[in-house]
Amino acid sequence: MSSPAPIRWDRQIQRRLARGEESALGELYDQFAPLVHGLANRVLADQAAAEEITQDVFAHVWEHPESFDPAQGSMRSWIGTLTHRRSVERLRRDAAAGAADGEGEGAPLEPSSVEEEVLAAATAARVQYVVSSLPQALRETLLLTYFGGRTYRQAAKELGIAPATAKHRMRLGLQLLASALSTEPAR
Amino acid sequence: MSAEAGAETSALEGAVHEELRSLLGAWALDACGTDESVRLEAHLASCASCREEGHQLRDAAGWLSTDEPLDPEPSLRRQVLDGCLGRREPAFRVPAYAEPFVAETARLDALLRDLGELDWLERATLRWHGGSVERRPAEVLCHLTAVDGVLARALGLPDPSEGTDLLERDARLRSAQTGRPPTTVRALWRAQTRAIVETAALAPESMAERFVDYGAFRVPVADSFLDRAFECWIHAEDIAEAVGYPYNPPRGTHIRALIGLAVRLLPVVFAGEPGTGRLVKLIVEGRGEGEWLIPLDDPETPPDTEPTATVAIDGVEFCHLCAGRRDPHRMPVGITGDRTLARALLAAAPLLSRP
Repeated sequence: MSSPAPIRWDRQIQRRLARGEESALGELYDQFAPLVHGLANRVLADQAAAEEITQDVFAHVWEHPESFDPAQGSMRSWIGTLTHRRSVERLRRDAAAGAADGEGEGAPLEPSSVEEEVLAAATAARVQYVVSSLPQALRETLLLTYFGGRTYRQAAKELGIAPATAKHRMRLGLQLLASALSTEPAR
Repeated sequence: MSAEAGAETSALEGAVHEELRSLLGAWALDACGTDESVRLEAHLASCASCREEGHQLRDAAGWLSTDEPLDPEPSLRRQVLDGCLGRREPAFRVPAYAEPFVAETARLDALLRDLGELDWLERATLRWHGGSVERRPAEVLCHLTAVDGVLARALGLPDPSEGTDLLERDARLRSAQTGRPPTTVRALWRAQTRAIVETAALAPESMAERFVDYGAFRVPVADSFLDRAFECWIHAEDIAEAVGYPYNPPRGTHIRALIGLAVRLLPVVFAGEPGTGRLVKLIVEGRGEGEWLIPLDDPETPPDTEPTATVAIDGVEFCHLCAGRRDPHRMPVGITGDRTLARALLAAAPLLSRP
């Protein structure tokens, strides 16, 4: 976040990865490892698992640089998506395995503590501001889902709302976030 | 198909479209069930308006996560990169001699990422054997950039400063960057380090032996990379000390490479009593452990010659000694053989440091 990559950098690094330049892989790692490792660790709350996800995500990008499409968003957003999806899949797999072992799913996350943690960790004041200015109901739904790795049905149950309401809050929350971010100048 | 049936189909499609559209937020947060995701993604392939909204919301979701204040372990970097390279062979490897430079610049950059506005106003103390200067972190970066620029120039890259005298190059770049925000200086420094590594990786192998002219001395490209890694680490420590952050020494293999460079240069700066055929054995313990033979008088001294003196010392401490950070007369070393010669050699080590 401290140095958002411009589109030109995204395309250059993609070309260099495709050419098989180890130095491009190193740069990519230095740019995004804090994002990947941090996000995976936030969702999974497990260092070792976060390191495996980090390994997986960079291996995927190195093996398939062509699957990044700059027309669909930035490299950062693509890598964030890859990371989040893998982390959530793993969380759900582990939870399912735990349930099968009769261990249950562990203590549910407190929405407010997740929220505090996220806001405390948000280094970019702008994003922090935008997220914190979202209506409370939308914010807690977004954060519980994104960092708690919940499906919208699970989130609805935990928040005591209807699944349709949860879906609606997620869509509306992200729409507000998207429009607030798009009207701010890019850093 | 009758007009009525057509209207029914499109009403049905409209309902499906609305149902899937309502899932877009959950989908962007990876919060749909598996079959819902599959259905929605199939729909996105054919529905431009949902696709556009989907991308927008995904992008917004990506903003929810910001970089962690705690960086991953530095050792994870090599592990992840090796894992990647095992799955797909690189066409252009980073040369082994550039690896300490890559690692040290990455570590310094991670430190810089964590500096707050006030940290950039602190002053770091840069020491060398002849004295010390005080510099703000951005000025330290100017210094690194100016000297890295000598290597950049040798590789055919643009020179951020000019001339060969290192102090003049530093002063020139520092005055050119005065008043610029620290992030700009950091970007300039980082872009050049990356360009240097990329160029060396793409160059033919013979590049390692090409000479880099520092004015007062010349070293091959491979040694220049080690010199730059060495200075990057030492000044990163200076910055870390100024802002009160912890900073670890480089990895053992990299320390070993840096010691190797110091050992190659030591005979050049050694100014003890003249002699012939003297050989000092350096035994390094701790991080970077290993053994080196230092021929003081003649580079052709056969390696099986009985050492005139043997010096045992900690690896990180030895590096600090060469960087002008330790008093050669007051550090723990083990000496056997000719003590005077060993002491004279240790006293020469700080001469490798530069302002």
